[in-house]
Amino acid sequence: MIILRLLLQTVVLAISQIWANRFRAVLTTLGVIIGVAAIIAVVGAMTGAERFILSQFEKIGTRRVFIDGTLPESMRTRTTWREVQLNEREIHAIVENCPSIEKITPMFYGGYPIEYGKRKIDGVSVVGIWPDWHEIEGRSVILGRPFSSIDEQEKQLVCLINDQAITELDLPEDPTNERVLIGGRRFLIIGVVETIQLSGMFGGGDTSTEVFIPYGTARLLNPFGHINMAWGQLKSPDLATEVEGEVRFVLRNMRKQEPGDEDTFVVRVFQQFIDQFKSIAAALTAILGAIVGISLLVGGIGIMNIMLVSVSERTREIGLRKAVGARPVVILMQFLVESIVLCLMGAGIGWGIGQGLVLAIRVMPNSPLPEASVPAWAVMLSVGFSMFIGVVFGMFPAIKAARLDPIVALRHE
Amino acid sequence: MTIAIRKLEKIYRVGVERVHALRGIDLTIRKNEFVAIMGASGSGKSTLMNILGCLDRPSKGSYELNGRQTHAMGAGALAQVRNEEIGFVFQSFELLSRQTALQNVMLPLLYSSKHAFKARRMAIRSLERVKLQDRMKHRPSQLSGGQRQRVAIARALVNEPSLLLADEPTGNLDSQTAEEIIGLFKELHADGQTIVIVTHEEDVAGHASRIIRLRDGRVLTDYPTNDDPVHREYLNAVAGMAHRAAEMTAAGEAAAAAAGGGSKP
Repeated sequence: MIILRLLLQTVVLAISQIWANRFRAVLTTLGVIIGVAAIIAVVGAMTGAERFILSQFEKIGTRRVFIDGTLPESMRTRTTWREVQLNEREIHAIVENCPSIEKITPMFYGGYPIEYGKRKIDGVSVVGIWPDWHEIEGRSVILGRPFSSIDEQEKQLVCLINDQAITELDLPEDPTNERVLIGGRRFLIIGVVETIQLSGMFGGGDTSTEVFIPYGTARLLNPFGHINMAWGQLKSPDLATEVEGEVRFVLRNMRKQEPGDEDTFVVRVFQQFIDQFKSIAAALTAILGAIVGISLLVGGIGIMNIMLVSVSERTREIGLRKAVGARPVVILMQFLVESIVLCLMGAGIGWGIGQGLVLAIRVMPNSPLPEASVPAWAVMLSVGFSMFIGVVFGMFPAIKAARLDPIVALRHE
Repeated sequence: MTIAIRKLEKIYRVGVERVHALRGIDLTIRKNEFVAIMGASGSGKSTLMNILGCLDRPSKGSYELNGRQTHAMGAGALAQVRNEEIGFVFQSFELLSRQTALQNVMLPLLYSSKHAFKARRMAIRSLERVKLQDRMKHRPSQLSGGQRQRVAIARALVNEPSLLLADEPTGNLDSQTAEEIIGLFKELHADGQTIVIVTHEEDVAGHASRIIRLRDGRVLTDYPTNDDPVHREYLNAVAGMAHRAAEMTAAGEAAAAAAGGGSKP
């Protein structure tokens, strides 16, 4: 009860004390104000960036799994780079024997010149795929039809192009049933798939002409090529560990790998990339926060300075309070509370400014970070840290006040 | 018995030198006494007052206040004793300039656990005792010197202390205001308040019922005011001066009358 009453009185006293020196108080807390504003703004912007990048990931899909041949150092003497590449038989085995994998397609990359009329583009990426690719990739067919299993079985000379190709090859607006030359062979365009715009850092960049053909057909065009990788789709995004185990079991058996041999393939689940990115983003935020936190620390020195001034200004008052019965700990509390209130006030103003900055980033025209926003934890952290600064830097002046000898203090001029 | 001091000594260290401020003081002050402590500067009276007020601790000897052995207490316990047993009145009032008279008077109760709920009522009653109930909302800057000292006295009385300790309470006041304040002390004494006043003015000390004179850290004399030879001498001297002044006035008047008579035809 007495503690509570005293605390309340102390807070009131601190606020009136700060109000009496309000100009000085604002100047003093400038460091804290700037520090908190910077933390809020940086974290807000980082949150916006993270949301943007995650939304890019969403386009690729969280159920995506990549399976790829690889040649570890320890296996170099036993097998060759060619042998470790996935083959059709293995891919069939994976989709049949791995319950976590719903669908799979080989990705058989090639580069061929493409001609339509007088237009010719060299080195266009032509990918051989299974019809299941449509569901794994999730890109919609804008015109015409998707691949069917007949295209695959009959190894038909048919292709899908993306909408970019229409302009680049100067095709008619509806290019279906037009014929193009791919590597010198005539292919029938059966449909157009949409282009997914990924920003540069995800391998998107300036998307240009893309061509897809049935895997069997691609194999005919290049009988000695190899499958670059397989794309699979998980039944659900949280099967990351299961799928790895299943695929390893199947492939190690088929490849007759001895226990102790390193895998000659890798399984990567896209969700892992997302998790990895999230942890990188968190680390980056923490580093930026720490750098900005230094300015808070500097602000704390300003607080300490002004509290020392305050103690020496009010030496007589301290002497009187002690004479009428204030214990040292009560005096300590009085100055500590004043320093904390000062810091919290600075944090409040800084929060307002930071929030304003984030809002400005969000609404400005062509904003790069339209989803910037301040998470609650950032506010709590910066306010909490300011309070901590108040305690740390207020402690020394407060101890000084608490230790004052009342006789000496009352004689102070 | 309110105050019992036995073989009290205080040694200060000033740099490498040791200053013997008090050299063995024995003193008993009973309840409802009005005591003046006098002495030249360097006599140890300030040191004694600081120890009486529990602002300082003796180096040797014992000090018992209302049955509490204060010489063995730590800073926190001493603060509590000051809060509960002692009311201070200072020469320069020591009021908080940003607070009203009432808030100033309430200050000691802020640090007391006893009177949390009736603090305001007690402060008002205390201001009534010094007849300042109509100045409660005034700040010190809006009060006269005498009024400020009365606020300070109200503050000293608010926790109903067993000892009212005044250090040169009239030092910053003109003689008429000083009379008022001394009058107030006498009223409080009549109501049963124990008062110790530290002063170097004989006529202030004369209002006390007992005068203790210090010299070089020892008690020089300790008499009831009426038996104190120094004070008697002082009174005689004052009376003599007054007498002589009256004589001179009378002589002047007579001379003036004679001159006036002479000029009359």
